[in-house]
Amino acid sequence: MSAPSGPGRAPVASGSDRAPETNNSRRQLIAIGVFALVFLAVGMVVTNSYYQLMMTLVLIWATMGLSWNVLSGYSGLVSFGQAAFFGLGGYTMTIAFVKFGITPWLGIPLGVVVGVVAGVLIGLPTFRLRGHYFGLSMLAYPLAMLYVFEWLGYQEVSLPMKRENPIAFAQFADQRMYILLAMAFLIVAMLICLKVEGSRFGRSLLAIKQNEPAAEAAGINTLRQKMVAIMLSAGIAAAAGGLYANVLLVVTPQTMFGMLISAQALIMSLFGGVGTLWGPVIGAAILVPLAEILHGELGSVLPGIQGVVYGLAIIIIILVAPEGIYWRVRDHFAAKRAAANPEPPEQKVAAKVEARPAEPADRRALESAKPILTLEGVTLAFGGLKALDGVNLSIKQGAIHGIIGPNGAGKTTLFNVINGFIPPATGRIEFEGKSLLGLKPHQVCWRGVGRTFQVVRAFPRMTVLENVITGAFAGSPTDAGARDLAHEALERVGLAGRQAQAIAGGLTTKQLRLLELARALASRPRILLLDETFAGLAHDAIDDLMPIIRQVNREGVTIVIIEHTMQAMVKLADEFSVLNHGKVLASGVPSEVVRDRAVIEAYLGKKWIDRAENPVA
Amino acid sequence: MEAFFIDFLQAAAAGLMVGGTYGLMCVGLGIIFGVMRVVNFAHGDFMMLGMYVAFYLVGMLGLGKVFGPSAAPIIAALAAGPVVFLFGILLHRYLIARVTGAKVASADAEGHYTQIILTLGVSLILQNGGLILFGSLPISIQTPLSRESWELGPVFVNQARTVSFVIAVVLALVLYFFLARSRLGKALRAAADNPVAASYVGVDVDRAHRLAFGLGVGITAIGGGLIASTQTFQPYIGFDFVIVMFAGVVLGGLGSILGAFWGGLTIGMVQQMSTLILPHQLQNTAIFVVFLLIIFFWPRGMFGRTWERT
Repeated sequence: MSAPSGPGRAPVASGSDRAPETNNSRRQLIAIGVFALVFLAVGMVVTNSYYQLMMTLVLIWATMGLSWNVLSGYSGLVSFGQAAFFGLGGYTMTIAFVKFGITPWLGIPLGVVVGVVAGVLIGLPTFRLRGHYFGLSMLAYPLAMLYVFEWLGYQEVSLPMKRENPIAFAQFADQRMYILLAMAFLIVAMLICLKVEGSRFGRSLLAIKQNEPAAEAAGINTLRQKMVAIMLSAGIAAAAGGLYANVLLVVTPQTMFGMLISAQALIMSLFGGVGTLWGPVIGAAILVPLAEILHGELGSVLPGIQGVVYGLAIIIIILVAPEGIYWRVRDHFAAKRAAANPEPPEQKVAAKVEARPAEPADRRALESAKPILTLEGVTLAFGGLKALDGVNLSIKQGAIHGIIGPNGAGKTTLFNVINGFIPPATGRIEFEGKSLLGLKPHQVCWRGVGRTFQVVRAFPRMTVLENVITGAFAGSPTDAGARDLAHEALERVGLAGRQAQAIAGGLTTKQLRLLELARALASRPRILLLDETFAGLAHDAIDDLMPIIRQVNREGVTIVIIEHTMQAMVKLADEFSVLNHGKVLASGVPSEVVRDRAVIEAYLGKKWIDRAENPVA
Repeated sequence: MEAFFIDFLQAAAAGLMVGGTYGLMCVGLGIIFGVMRVVNFAHGDFMMLGMYVAFYLVGMLGLGKVFGPSAAPIIAALAAGPVVFLFGILLHRYLIARVTGAKVASADAEGHYTQIILTLGVSLILQNGGLILFGSLPISIQTPLSRESWELGPVFVNQARTVSFVIAVVLALVLYFFLARSRLGKALRAAADNPVAASYVGVDVDRAHRLAFGLGVGITAIGGGLIASTQTFQPYIGFDFVIVMFAGVVLGGLGSILGAFWGGLTIGMVQQMSTLILPHQLQNTAIFVVFLLIIFFWPRGMFGRTWERT
């Protein structure tokens, strides 16, 4: 989606951050209650069984849309294969009923179990895929199942009528009972979504959607979160499928596994609004009656009219309001409100830390400090190119260690290897005496290694505070604790107060760098890997940032920083390593390294010798 | 054992013949992906359009009377190409260009989902619009060739399939050299490699995308027209084939034209050979399984890179 949406994506963030979640979820609960009561009130007075069926279908498709929403709306991994779970739910219930006489009251839960298991089996391999490949393979599952069920001989299976004891088999003479039942399903699905939206889990999914590598580096176990999402999603879809089969009393492979089923799940959500529990409800409430009525009126003349309606709906919504009706309406009102009370001008919060005077005592203490991070013989090749070639590096506890080198020297790759994005071919990496090899980025983060990125990887649709809270999950087991850590980290980098409520997408480069720094700090790292933090910043901005980094360092965080601007580096770093062609050319205190012949000739130029001998700082 | 060996050869020959046409269709999808980086969900439905265009050209426009019953279906299939090409150009110009092209070329995967979903909408409309226009009755193009076979030793090859195979291979080669040598081909490749840079050196990226889209669906329509004389079809046939084409294109490596052809050929072989051990209904399931295995076990070669740059 060009404009994926979610809580906090509206351009104007509202109010204070203190406990908005509990308020919000109470409001949402009331809204769900009101919606259910109004819908049921209408449903109970409608006497035409055709309209009763239509109302039931609205609820079932809203539930199905929510199942898509839980997986794709929040995490951004677009599933074209929700029909796999829907179909399994429907067929499990039907086969249990027809072959074994099991009542749908048990058959539907059984279908949910089958659906969840299928979710695990599908998710484990498929989540390794990205982008197009994920979407395409999700498409393949239901279609493969479709042919299997045809081959098994389940072309058309009807549920037997149980006249002697209909209620025990979820068969009601009064159609309104189905509306009640479907509403119960929908409410459960909505409550699940509500729970997800307000939770740490939901926020992790949003972080994955906005920037998966950043989420992983910020300590989120992305695979686990995605697995939980697909299990929830599969369970809801299977329940919807089971109920659908129960209401229609017949299943065919096409109506359970067909492409239109997957497409409808997606279309309900996209049309109504992605990443909100109201989206699928709005989508279903508009599209299902529209398609059904047109089919009823014109179906005999124009047999494919339903599909055309869904196709047109999706095209129009993509062109006109790609984020869906809910967000369009919400943005509209938010903009109005913002126009009514303009924001006060942003006050500049200067960092309350002064520059560190040169402290020779510190430097001497450093010489005897023990290493916190050591790399030995770390090698990594991309095809024929040796990106890292036997890198040995020792970072001392409490140091600010600068890494310099020309473009393509392997600096960022070095960070990627340390924090687990890329496993090295050979070599050892030890942090505080324990190996980091084989750990995933989120595990490395939990060990106490924070990092920032060369290209800023903020979660653009969250507020500054939400961004930092996401990073704080690795630092605190409780949500309140994470919030406190986030506030503290924002204080430390000078982004507290009003700026914390700004949407990250609208920040300046300097603010984004501070945001990343705060997000990394919030996980309470003992070492911070900063990748070109000063890139793209003006001199005065660099001067603002440098004391902050020093202060963080003085509070006990070891810092490894990649940097191009030598001037800043000489001022900041206690120690240097020069990297070229994947090799460490020189390592040591700046004055020595900068005097190293090879280094000077290759990269720095003669004038740096003077600088190093008479440091400006 | 002897009998199985002959069956094997027979299936392999059939797979090769069918695979050639699949290869051509994959090339069509591959061009669109290669240039636009858009997965075209509606691709199978453009193939379906090609089938119906060829069918109506033979029947209603009386190509059959002019060229004779054997040549007419082939000429009609070839003629379906330009017709669907024009349709594709118009569709791109007025619809797809709104969410693709130079302005979104730099967007990450997020933007691409918008495009996939748009083509999903197009697909739904084409399928169901096809149902309204053409009816749901399965039809096929009648040609005497489809009932005749050539004998190559113990193996029979269907004449219609063989002719289709030859035409498909020739067209794929022509297209390959066109893209490699011609000025337009170079512009297309430039637009594919780096749309922003291409636009700086004067390549009209939107026009390149439009041509690629038209060319892609036109080529696939010819493929559709060719197989329309060897099998029955109805408006929903596109979905059976879109997975075949995705599988072929992924197998060959997304973005490679020659790769797409080989991929399609391989998928045709898999489909036909699977009938040796699997029931006929599971042909397509076999393709899905192969498709999934490919993307699971060859991720690096196809992904290019497994992690985004940090």
